Amino acid sequence: MMDFAIEPLAEDALLLRFGDGIDMDISARVHAAARALRSAHLPGIIDIAPAYATLLVRFDWRDGDALPEAITKTLDRGFRQGGELGATASGKSPAQHVEIPVCYGGEYSPDLDAIVQRAGMTPDQVIACHSTATYTVAMLGFAPGFPYLLGLDQALHAPRRAHPRTRVPAGSVAIGGAQTGIYPRELPGGWNLIGRTPLVLFDPKHEPPCLLAPGDRVRFRAIDADEFRQLAERGA
Amino acid sequence: MIDVIKPGLLTTLQGAGRPGFAHLGIGRSGAFDEPARQIANALCGNPAGACALEITLSGPRLRVRETTCVALTGAPIPFRIDGIEQPTWTPVPVPAGATIELGTMHSGCRSYLAVRGGFDVAPVLGSRSVDVNASLGPNAGRALSAGDVLPITTADVSKDIRTRTTWWIDARPWFTQNPEQPLRLLPGKHLDALTGSSRESLFSGTFTVHADSNRVGLRLDGPQLECARRLEIVSEGCLPGLLQLPPSGRPIAFGPECPVSGGYPRIGQIAAVDIPRLAQLRPGDAVRFVPCAFEDALHALRERERALDTLTANIAARLAP
Repeated sequence: MMDFAIEPLAEDALLLRFGDGIDMDISARVHAAARALRSAHLPGIIDIAPAYATLLVRFDWRDGDALPEAITKTLDRGFRQGGELGATASGKSPAQHVEIPVCYGGEYSPDLDAIVQRAGMTPDQVIACHSTATYTVAMLGFAPGFPYLLGLDQALHAPRRAHPRTRVPAGSVAIGGAQTGIYPRELPGGWNLIGRTPLVLFDPKHEPPCLLAPGDRVRFRAIDADEFRQLAERGA
Repeated sequence: MIDVIKPGLLTTLQGAGRPGFAHLGIGRSGAFDEPARQIANALCGNPAGACALEITLSGPRLRVRETTCVALTGAPIPFRIDGIEQPTWTPVPVPAGATIELGTMHSGCRSYLAVRGGFDVAPVLGSRSVDVNASLGPNAGRALSAGDVLPITTADVSKDIRTRTTWWIDARPWFTQNPEQPLRLLPGKHLDALTGSSRESLFSGTFTVHADSNRVGLRLDGPQLECARRLEIVSEGCLPGLLQLPPSGRPIAFGPECPVSGGYPRIGQIAAVDIPRLAQLRPGDAVRFVPCAFEDALHALRERERALDTLTANIAARLAP
């Protein structure tokens, strides 16, 4: 039984839809389908890019005719056999786990106070809340290597700033709505800045170029300014 | 080596793009008018994937240190070497030390300058295409600026590049500027969510390219479009050619540096075969749309591919010693 829809997007692109909203279960299915399609190596496929509830498949338009059927077969097999797709839906996942050190407070956290007041917590409680959860990289977008992380505690949800900043420093850890994310380089941005990591999230000379991939699990570890400096000097 | 004396308005190295990284938030970039880039390279005897300079509205002034050969395609642009006017859509020999001067376009928006052997810059993530918006690619991921030095491949300085050819390509199939000829639009997921009158305006109205347009997207002024109901959309994958409708009611047509995902309603997708025409629209130009079925868009794309293959094969035969 098929529980996704194929929407034609362009001559060389399809959208596989697994649902409509931002939801952990839907997201898990998107990532499982992405992995299944990647390992199937269907001819002509160029990009397999997860979003929250959909998977973008971009291909060579000359190979497009047979693709919807091949995709359906590949994913049907996965769902029916309860293979990787089933395993992921039930919580077992081959995703990598990444720990990200974050210095919360001071110059790195201009919006921490706003989050503290909104949440009705102390700064330490907000930091503990943010750094004890396990997040999932729902997708990367906005800029190379920018992760949209699902799993933010509801108490920390906060709307984007009315006036976006023109320059958000690289490594800034931020809250935007129900999500948290990390700015891979200096960028304009409207999310609330609550800390900064010394890790490099995107380096085109590195293989892979991004620290995080879609579907990865992320935890934040609170560090102090000294450790931040040490990690930053080491090139993290 | 090529020395950049004056960079022009926005001149970037562009190849066939950087496919395969959309899942990491990295878009494809690449030449906006792909056939024009490919033909320029074919005229220089380069492989189809070689990069060229994409020139926007107003061109650069370049000094070429070694004897080579260049070709210009895309929008018509005044083209001089050491002050002498040169033809476009044909290989042009350039003596060592000569200055190439490109003027200001009077129609169209993007021209392509290829050089014999290609630009010898290191690929970034497998591509020599610059993504200005992502600061990614050769030349530090930015447009040319005065003082930049572009290495070119000079190993192949055979005799044929010093002599002027007596033939040129008919530009007409590859650069058309007919405002009466609308862009073909494949139906978008939210086309049916437009109000009846907005749907009618989309295909009967005339839009104008707004000044705030670039390789990320073209903003279109014109009839205000609106959805019949508020749509709750979460971010989904985006592609060049996507026609999105932000809350302003003014559609945006995405270009090669568009974000890999976005959450505005999608009212259409410009047929791939018409993306080169989108690339050649400049601020103030008129745009109209006509509905198009996937089958027809694919058919037109196949036809163009065949024409381009034939043309590049003919050019290769002409250039053969």
